[in-house]
Amino acid sequence: MVLTVLLIIRLHNLFAVVMLSGIYSLLAATFFVVVDGVDVAFTEAAVGAGISTVLMLGALSVTTQREKAAAKSTLVPLAVVVVTGAALVYGTLDMPNYGDPEAPIHKHVAPRYIEDSLKETSVPNMVTAVLASYRGYDTLGEVTVIFTAGIGVILLLVRVGGRRRREDEDAA
Amino acid sequence: MSHHLVIRVIAKLLIPFILLFGLYVQFHGDFGPGGGFQAGVIFAVAFVLYALVYGLDNARRIIPDRYIRAGIALGVLIFAGTGVVAMFLGGNYLDYSVLAHDPPHGQHLGIFVVEFGVGLTVASVMVAIFFAFAGRGHKIDEKEG
Repeated sequence: MVLTVLLIIRLHNLFAVVMLSGIYSLLAATFFVVVDGVDVAFTEAAVGAGISTVLMLGALSVTTQREKAAAKSTLVPLAVVVVTGAALVYGTLDMPNYGDPEAPIHKHVAPRYIEDSLKETSVPNMVTAVLASYRGYDTLGEVTVIFTAGIGVILLLVRVGGRRRREDEDAA
Repeated sequence: MSHHLVIRVIAKLLIPFILLFGLYVQFHGDFGPGGGFQAGVIFAVAFVLYALVYGLDNARRIIPDRYIRAGIALGVLIFAGTGVVAMFLGGNYLDYSVLAHDPPHGQHLGIFVVEFGVGLTVASVMVAIFFAFAGRGHKIDEKEG
């Protein structure tokens, strides 16, 4: 994974960068399988490695394949990224160890999901039960985000209907 | 890509299985990994593959833009509408327990319907975004050529 990231930073051919980001997503998916997050791995493989690579290639076909040389100094962005990364790493120092049963996240609502979700929803896949039922509002919000994204792309890029309407108005 | 015979044949062979796998992930999400989001993406990939191999115009003929746009809105409507139906049946918004004769069955039915809404919206949006980008590239090619 580290190697692909370094290559993404170094390369200037955007086609290769898109392909490498797809490979990175696939590696991330295998990582999620290793930590038993099968649903997340599935999403990462389908969305990250699959469709977003295709969409990036679609975007590349509209623009050019080569990255432009940076016009400004990269020192300020680099400093921002380093400080943000350091803050995030500092934040993880307080976190409990991975898989620690005493961690707060395993003490709050998780026991109820694990023990009662089959009884209450009769859905064996706990992830689906939490996603669609216990956290239904969140999922509705996510679907609305995707809806908004789709509408936004259609409004920005597809203009056949709009032009015809304007011509109608001009005629009237 | 109309002259690549191998790609055309393989794509034709693969697309039914991609669609079937999408449906499996959609409706088996209650029992195994998967659900509306993943299924929607897989379902959309079948159409994207068709558009890549057989050209955008043929793909547009199979699913016209107005159906895609209707699908985008309908999925959200199904999700939100399930919540409203639950309200009419005397529950809270998005409380599926009242949808069937007993709470677990109602929850199962509600999750099933809601996941279908998610899948419909995700698949439609993915196809719409791909068509939008591919359509633009096509126009530019025509101008240059």
